[in-house]
Amino acid sequence: MRRKKDRPRKTASEKPSLTRRDFLKGAGVTVSGGLLGKSIVADAAQPESKNEIVGPGAVPVTLRVNGKVHKLNIEPRVTLLDALRDRLDITGSKKVCDRATCGACTMLMDRKPVYGCTVLAIEAEGHEITTIEGLAADDKLTPVMAAFVNHDAQQCGFCTPGFVMACTAFLERNPNPSLEDIEKGLGGNLCRCGTYWGVRHAVLQAAREMKGGSHGNV
Amino acid sequence: MATCKYDWPEAGGRELVGKRIDRIDGPEKASGRAKYTYDTHRPGLLIAKLLTCPYAHAKIKSIDISPAQSLPGVKAVLVIQDAGSEIQWAGDEIVAVAAVNEDIAEDARRRIKVEYEQLPHLVREEDLERAQANGRTKPAGEETVGDPNKAFQDPDVVISKGFYGIPVITHCCLEAHGNVAEWTDAKTLKTWSSTQNVSGLPGQIGAGLRRQKVNVDDSNIETVCQYIGGGFGSKVFSRPWGIVAAQLAKMAGKPVKLMLDRDAELEIAGARPSAFAKISVAAKKDGTLAAWDSESWGTGGVGPAGHPPLPYVLQPPNTHWKHTMVAANIGPSRAWRAPNHPQGCLLTMGALDDLAAKLEMDPVEFLMKNVHLAPKLLTKIYSEELQKAAELAEWKKNWHPRGDKTPGHTKRGMGVSLHTWGGRGHTSTCNVIVRPDGSVTVRLGSQDLGTGTRTVIAISVAETFGLPVEAVKVEIGDSKYPPDGASGGSTTVGGVSASTRRGAVDALGELFAAVAPSLGVPPDQLEAHLGLIRVKGDASKSLTWKQACSKLGVKTIQTTGRNPGPCHLNDSGVGGVQIADVSVDTETGQVKVNRMVAAQDCGLIIDLKTAESQVYGALIMGICYSLFEEKIMDETLGQMLNPNMEFYKLAGIGDIGELVVHMMTGPGYDERGVIGLGEPPVISPGAAISNAVANAIGVRVPTLPLTPDRVLAALDKGGLA
Ligand code: FES
Ligand code: FES
Repeated sequence: MRRKKDRPRKTASEKPSLTRRDFLKGAGVTVSGGLLGKSIVADAAQPESKNEIVGPGAVPVTLRVNGKVHKLNIEPRVTLLDALRDRLDITGSKKVCDRATCGACTMLMDRKPVYGCTVLAIEAEGHEITTIEGLAADDKLTPVMAAFVNHDAQQCGFCTPGFVMACTAFLERNPNPSLEDIEKGLGGNLCRCGTYWGVRHAVLQAAREMKGGSHGNV
Repeated sequence: MATCKYDWPEAGGRELVGKRIDRIDGPEKASGRAKYTYDTHRPGLLIAKLLTCPYAHAKIKSIDISPAQSLPGVKAVLVIQDAGSEIQWAGDEIVAVAAVNEDIAEDARRRIKVEYEQLPHLVREEDLERAQANGRTKPAGEETVGDPNKAFQDPDVVISKGFYGIPVITHCCLEAHGNVAEWTDAKTLKTWSSTQNVSGLPGQIGAGLRRQKVNVDDSNIETVCQYIGGGFGSKVFSRPWGIVAAQLAKMAGKPVKLMLDRDAELEIAGARPSAFAKISVAAKKDGTLAAWDSESWGTGGVGPAGHPPLPYVLQPPNTHWKHTMVAANIGPSRAWRAPNHPQGCLLTMGALDDLAAKLEMDPVEFLMKNVHLAPKLLTKIYSEELQKAAELAEWKKNWHPRGDKTPGHTKRGMGVSLHTWGGRGHTSTCNVIVRPDGSVTVRLGSQDLGTGTRTVIAISVAETFGLPVEAVKVEIGDSKYPPDGASGGSTTVGGVSASTRRGAVDALGELFAAVAPSLGVPPDQLEAHLGLIRVKGDASKSLTWKQACSKLGVKTIQTTGRNPGPCHLNDSGVGGVQIADVSVDTETGQVKVNRMVAAQDCGLIIDLKTAESQVYGALIMGICYSLFEEKIMDETLGQMLNPNMEFYKLAGIGDIGELVVHMMTGPGYDERGVIGLGEPPVISPGAAISNAVANAIGVRVPTLPLTPDRVLAALDKGGLA
């Protein structure tokens, strides 16, 4: 396993190496999975300059999550999602498909949405990670969360944190979305209970409310 | 009309019941704070993995777990099925390992060596003759009513014959099946389980453990489930992994988390049985149904799986049906939202739609003509719903006879279907507690699958006490609470709304008795309204809820409410009608849902908002199984080819079109009492969408899902292409 030595902070405009969102954009959800699988492998296999070889044993990894610094000793193969859920008990991001198909693990890396199940924890070093726990303080709700409650865009709620993260990031880039934008932009999140009707309305409401306002703490 | 003391308030007197009220746990879920079984952490928690069998039918020759045991970090290895066992489906559990983290558990699993002797298997069942030749079939029922042979020979009837099918699909819960098990002392077990059956689980786990020679009393087992990430019928029973986690925890002396991997979730954690049928159906020239004949088959794994009710809902005077069960080596079936109904509905409503086309009749008129063949209770409901759904779908404007004749390769079509379900409230017990400071708690061993159970409980109690919903603290999801039924078959809302209503009415009676002296009237002259306890007909004499409760002194009221019980609070038997409006691209074979309309009855609605969500969700789940879902089995390998979410396809947010939901409420509906809603609206989408596609392209696509290859194959055989 290689990791970058100097690990510069990426700017929000730069593309994190293992982000799936850009691939998903525009791809029909029912075909996205297979295509993505390939792209990830190809991407991850690219050797980078200035790399050091680490692993396979545990290595120290420092993660900055929701503004807090966490020091971990984990094997390089541990995903960001597993590191957060199993080691840090930050469980808002869910593990469902574990391979970049469903979006339940959506979190933000330098404000851009990523699937935490397909980013390695060591890859996340030096980046600012935001999970759903980092969007709203205590018992407060962001406009997106409040809109999800208002439009009952959740049933069992297992896909909901991923959807809320995806919607939050989506609205930041598309403050004025059309229905078509929503259908394309949120095609990377799957719900089994069938809450998409509520989600559509929730996104439209949140967009209205956020116009000119703050986008939560993101 | 004499009223019964627990009756739901009359329409004019309802403050909360029937309104659109936000689900009370919405903020917990939307903010990611809700903790599911999968999110449970315990000090020293071990992670367990299952090694499953790769073959559809095999005998275990030998197992060597020592390479796994010797791996540092591995704390327990349990052989679930030993050498000599016969395995009947790929994915069956053989060995479980528990280790300090998931990666080590995964490594340990890979080191286990199992030798198998492969045996002949059968995993595909569409070809009945092949299954018969393999000795894999068993009669599963046959019935004749009237004289179908004679009816089919009547020269005045029109007969339609066809083949229809609906494959095995899985539950694909987003939270996989599984649990965390912890022995808090040598005799006491606590489990955090992803379950639809909080009260029932300790008994199942206890019995399973005792079979494995682990001594434990059911009374020493506590099961907790505050949030569950989907069940849909598949999480009523604990299944092996519930027992295995407790065994591993006992062996390791540490808590163990065992959640199924996604592939196992799709392979073994639940299958909806398939159904295929050759059907003949006859009607008089005016459209009145005369006769039905069906030969159907299907599989739900190697065990029995019930059979679809045929013909579905509408019973012609002369019928014959015969069903055959195919024993296929696939993961076992479990109840899937409305067991057997979506299958019965697709087969029947597809066949009737083809007959209507042959008669050159509008299918809505055809169904109207035949609703008298439905159970008596439902005929009026269906007539009203057909009318309402047709109006909302602009049926008259949009429907055309079979085959869209407009130029171009996008063909539009409309299809209709109807369905029914029981949904009587289950056995339920609750405690309603009112304290002198005015706080209210209601407690029961129920669970909220996302259907809104917590919310309907809060509404039922708050309505009775004249309080806002937020004033009621709902405690569910723990087997230590008074026992409540499993959430299956749309039985929860009827059960918990009735038990909590009765418990709350009794508690209010005790409160009235305590405050009556200070208001100077007998208790039966008091009423609770908008936060006040007041004298009926004299608004000047009242106490706030808090003042009233303070009259309890040091006494806390605790009542027990039950269902079933006195007064008519719930009922059984609902009807629903759905209309699908689709477009089909005859060049690519792609089907797109433009609009789905649902008119649904469920008696008295407690919370309109979450009730509508059930129907929206069911329409979407219906679109999933109509267009995308199938457990694809490979006959050579004996394995499922798509045990992952990129190839086991679900609809995305862009696949659902416009959804229109109309709940039938008011006179004729409300007075029936509360009836369950989880199952019924998921029954019709398959038939409605299949009928709409046939209407668009002029030919029936016989089996679901309506994938491009199937649509193109049907077009090749006929239709408009
Ligand atoms: S769990 Fe990461 S995309 Fe599904
Ligand atoms: S709300 Fe259950 S999976 Fe989306």
